[in-house]
Amino acid sequence: MRKVFKNEAVQSLIASLLCIVLGLLIGYIVLLFINPSGATQAILAVIRNFLNTSRANLQVKNFANTLAKTAPLLMCALSILFAYKVGLFNIGAAGQYVAGACACLYASLAWGWGWLACMAFAIAVGALYGAIVGFLKAYCNVNEVISGIMLNWIGLYAANMILSNVKEPTSPYTVHLKDAAPQAILPSLGLGQFFENNQYITIAVPLAIVLAVVILVVLNKTRFGYELRATGYNKNAAKYAGMAEKRNIILTLMIAGGLAALGASLLYQTDYMQWEVTASSVPSMGFNGIAAAFLGGLNPIGTIFASYFIQHITDAGAFVDKTMYSSQISDLISSLIIYLCGFVLFIKHTIRAGVARSEERERRKALAKTEKGGEA
Amino acid sequence: MLLLVQYTLIFASVLVLVALGGCFSEHSGVINLGLEGIMVIGALGGALVMRYMTGLVSPAVLVLLVLLGAVGLGTIYSALLGVASIRFRADQTLVGTAMNMLGVAAATVLVKAINTAADPNDVSSTIKYVEAKKAFLINVGGFELNWFMLIAIVALVASAIVLYRTRFGLRLMACGEHPQAADSVGINVHKMRWRGVLISGMLGGLGGICYILAGVSEWKFENGVAGFGFLALAVMIFGQWKPWRIGLAALLFGLFRALSNVYFGFPVLMALNIPGSIYNMLPYIISLLVLAFTSKKSRAPKAEGIPYDKGQR
Repeated sequence: MRKVFKNEAVQSLIASLLCIVLGLLIGYIVLLFINPSGATQAILAVIRNFLNTSRANLQVKNFANTLAKTAPLLMCALSILFAYKVGLFNIGAAGQYVAGACACLYASLAWGWGWLACMAFAIAVGALYGAIVGFLKAYCNVNEVISGIMLNWIGLYAANMILSNVKEPTSPYTVHLKDAAPQAILPSLGLGQFFENNQYITIAVPLAIVLAVVILVVLNKTRFGYELRATGYNKNAAKYAGMAEKRNIILTLMIAGGLAALGASLLYQTDYMQWEVTASSVPSMGFNGIAAAFLGGLNPIGTIFASYFIQHITDAGAFVDKTMYSSQISDLISSLIIYLCGFVLFIKHTIRAGVARSEERERRKALAKTEKGGEA
Repeated sequence: MLLLVQYTLIFASVLVLVALGGCFSEHSGVINLGLEGIMVIGALGGALVMRYMTGLVSPAVLVLLVLLGAVGLGTIYSALLGVASIRFRADQTLVGTAMNMLGVAAATVLVKAINTAADPNDVSSTIKYVEAKKAFLINVGGFELNWFMLIAIVALVASAIVLYRTRFGLRLMACGEHPQAADSVGINVHKMRWRGVLISGMLGGLGGICYILAGVSEWKFENGVAGFGFLALAVMIFGQWKPWRIGLAALLFGLFRALSNVYFGFPVLMALNIPGSIYNMLPYIISLLVLAFTSKKSRAPKAEGIPYDKGQR
């Protein structure tokens, strides 16, 4: 048993589960505080998500919709995770996601590009957007969190301005891809038929999962990943060891930017969402990515499951009783989970200390036994 | 023109208050990236007081209560940062970010619940305070003088005195520069950092209520405060963590923020035919440029962002 608790992965898992349980518990208390009569129902609705409906085909449809939005979330989470491994907090993922959305929508609607070209364009624009943060960090010593936030807002207003050219005449939303640019919709390769022919299930989900594995391999098994992590641990040491630390920082944020932007392409190119050109706040996908990355224990594989969980409760907000509560209760729970993730180090430390203490006790017992034996 | 000055001053007031909040926290050694969330919660505190107390008490008392509400909730909320980053040594960037999201989510959930309880058809996250707002304004010949401008100046002077002329301020700064050295001469580093964080919560909350009272007479809490907490941090960095410079930096940033509110009042600017989005972007672009040119030689408190560990040298 003790061996199990000594395992780093098990510790991470316990810490993450604890964060989830505590987050849900505090969310439940908030619900009780607002209106005690429906709180249990509401928190169960958040946990159940697609199981809230009883009809099987509707369940599959809702599940598929959640999956369709998990892919972009996973990409944002990977973006944040990748940068964090290099010691950078990429809160600008939200802005890079916006840049990607703007690029792929404009390329498809205004220029009529195909899906792969749109996707590549989104990645390129996102990488460039991330590079700004990286350049400012590497050469001007600007805190990446602050420049990231500034670029989030600049990106939002720029996207609103650019996408106004391809919006529906009577609404603030961009034109549906399936009407104006069907060539830009991601191929589904027949995956939709496993989900009651859901049109939003495309190659996005498997692609995102494959990329998570790729990130895992790049970070842990390649020289490039090793150099990046070394730069993250100690910038100066990396520099003296002959690594190009400035280039590494910029490259990291370019990759992170590309990942987040790809996330946007994976969502908007399924035509699941349209961009609202009057949007006054940055889409929450990039910020929820922080929750997913940390809840996943900063491990790409863990992040896959964490992304699904975060998207699961986010979508489930729609099922709470609107006469008493608002759907933002899900946002509240995910932000609580991020906050609690700050305590993960402490939780792990406590587990380790507990294991060490019990080992010490055992050793003493054994020692006492042998001593007694010696006497007799 | 008068309108531009008025808006510049009011936005500068917000920035001064919040940037000073960040300044106290960072001088004690804790990076407060949660200022944005603290502003939202502070604004919520003030707005709730206005919602329930307007008409019940005299305007002067109302002003006082609103300020108390904002400062109180802001301070309590900042304790979340204190607990995590001082007691449990959490990653301050992560906790700050979580607080920003939590602030908006909590305020939205709460305000929506209140609105829906009052009127089942009302599912908005908006609080209106048309009447209450008047208590904060003094009209001087077409120029709306706002109480917050005075408060900001007082806070500025007080901060400069406290930081540089009192035992508390100097000790606080020692904890942000070299906590081990401060500890060795008998200063309780954890206690000092707690004070720094709580003061930033007070000022952040004050800045929050000031922000939502600037220009508009109702607030939709779903929108948060649109990156203003981070603009304040940019002001703080541009001001090199020094109160007087922060004051000047806030005026500059306030001007650009004010332009997006009043640009259509200037025929010259209208003639340029620049889309409104550009004006909206302007404060953020300026702050990026300013940061790019000033961060290189920045004099940030040396130990900021590093949890204090007694065992470390």
